[in-house]
Amino acid sequence: MGMTMTQKILAAHAGLPEVKAGQLIEADLDLVLGNDITSPVAIREMENKMTKQTVFDKDKIALVLDHFVPNKDIKSAQQCKCVREFACRHEITNYFDVGEMGIEHALLPEKGLTVAGDVIIGADSHTCTYGALGAFSTGVGSTDMAAGMATGKAWFKVPSAIKFVLTGKPAEWISGKDIILHIIGKIGVDGALYKSMEFVGDGIAYLSMDDRFTIANMAIEAGGKNGIFPVDEKAAAYMKEHSKREFTVYEADPDAEYEQVITVDLSTLKPTVSFPHLPENTRTIDEVGDIKIDQVVIGSCTNGRMEDLRIAAGLLKGRKVAKGVRTIVIPATQKIYLQAIEEGLVQIFVEAGAVVSTPTCGPCLGGYMGILAEGERCVSTTNRNFVGRMGHVTSEIYLASPAVAAASAVTGRISCPCEL
Amino acid sequence: MKAKGTVFKYGDNVDTDVIIPARYLNVSEPSELASHCMEDIDTEFVKKVKKGDIIIADKNFGCGSSREHAPIAIKASGVSCVIAETFARIFYRNAINIGLPIIECPEASAGIGAGDEVEVDFDSGMIYNRTRGTQFKGQAFPEFMQKIITAGGLINYINSQN
Repeated sequence: MGMTMTQKILAAHAGLPEVKAGQLIEADLDLVLGNDITSPVAIREMENKMTKQTVFDKDKIALVLDHFVPNKDIKSAQQCKCVREFACRHEITNYFDVGEMGIEHALLPEKGLTVAGDVIIGADSHTCTYGALGAFSTGVGSTDMAAGMATGKAWFKVPSAIKFVLTGKPAEWISGKDIILHIIGKIGVDGALYKSMEFVGDGIAYLSMDDRFTIANMAIEAGGKNGIFPVDEKAAAYMKEHSKREFTVYEADPDAEYEQVITVDLSTLKPTVSFPHLPENTRTIDEVGDIKIDQVVIGSCTNGRMEDLRIAAGLLKGRKVAKGVRTIVIPATQKIYLQAIEEGLVQIFVEAGAVVSTPTCGPCLGGYMGILAEGERCVSTTNRNFVGRMGHVTSEIYLASPAVAAASAVTGRISCPCEL
Repeated sequence: MKAKGTVFKYGDNVDTDVIIPARYLNVSEPSELASHCMEDIDTEFVKKVKKGDIIIADKNFGCGSSREHAPIAIKASGVSCVIAETFARIFYRNAINIGLPIIECPEASAGIGAGDEVEVDFDSGMIYNRTRGTQFKGQAFPEFMQKIITAGGLINYINSQN
């Protein structure tokens, strides 16, 4: 029996000719990632409990302070201080503090630290983002991160896979976000539990790299272990532009085994919104009804990239956000921020009545920079709409694309960009 | 190893944001995390939980964020075991890695109610509902995971390998 793309990458990193779904393996890691929330726990585990006190490779660890920075309070400042001192002590090459940092999953591909064929673990659930480049990457906890930093290895149960065949050309206003929300709506928040989500099909050619990052990013929202795309010319060009590293292209065997094959005709998709309080509660824009909103967030590791900002700015140009709708735009990295300034997007946002923030995960997880009060509603380009995720337990998050979010900011209710 | 306690019962898709909301993630001390455990879905949990108590849930327990603070908060609150129909994979890993006993058992999840007195025998995987006089067999861990659990978590396991 042949192997899936994910299984091939794992076999190569475990030094095995082949692996099978369900097999437990130990794999070599190309990168171990942590942030300001998860790293302090990992550092404490490593320093207080581990016999081995050195890192396996100072160039293969990435520490990104992105969740609560610039620090929102004294306690977060203490957490960042802990990571900063660890990074300094171990001379961690890829340590990103305020001024250099960005939201980790936008930053690492941009810095060329993640390429096709890699095995990457990160103490952040959205580590699955790098599957857009043809890497195996998956979220883990702080203890796995600690063990990974010390040993350069991690244990995995080889996943089985679901194949998603994406066909056709998406219509206007349909982005990666609509595609992944549609898929999660179809299979549910545990529809891919423990499994790989392998995306194939002629429709992929129509998807930008930013679309693919968004899709792979939300594999975890379907319970997936990873999401992965084949490496085509567009992906290869992206990696050549951003990275000096050699990359390895793995392809699924023609006889690879899939638990399920799901075909998605991209040409039939409509803008899609996830209603509270689960990403699987999807409705197409024509089924939404009249939902008045108090806040819009455009940003996050899911949708804070250049293309996302361009789409939002295109809709906000020459318009004003509705009175009473706080509109918060968060470029995901410093590079994206600068480019948004150079392209005049920041001016468009500010003139429309939006605020533009330094890169941060901030409101996505209810940290700061846009916390919701009792009963308030937010249209957000982020990835989770769980109870209390962005603030008060009675507040509501509606997940949507940057286009729907920007259009909704203008009208003050959840809206299709085609309405403007 | 055995556990015995009163059951707290929850439904599907209990996410790590409700297990420990991100507004408390500016700290990582287990006792402080435990003082806010489950508060966004059950304000009574922290007041009522006693050492040894057991959480039982339906499918996909621990979905969402990778925060290890979630199993840490549950463990530090005194909970001896979490039983669910299924677990989200990162929570599953984290629980094993930090030594919080978890068992997948759809039958137990369906057949045990809030407030029931339950006893768990980890060696045999048997779950006994002492209130209703019923019993269930949980899924056994693969040998490798059993070694991590026996060692008291991943770090101890790695230390013992070197």
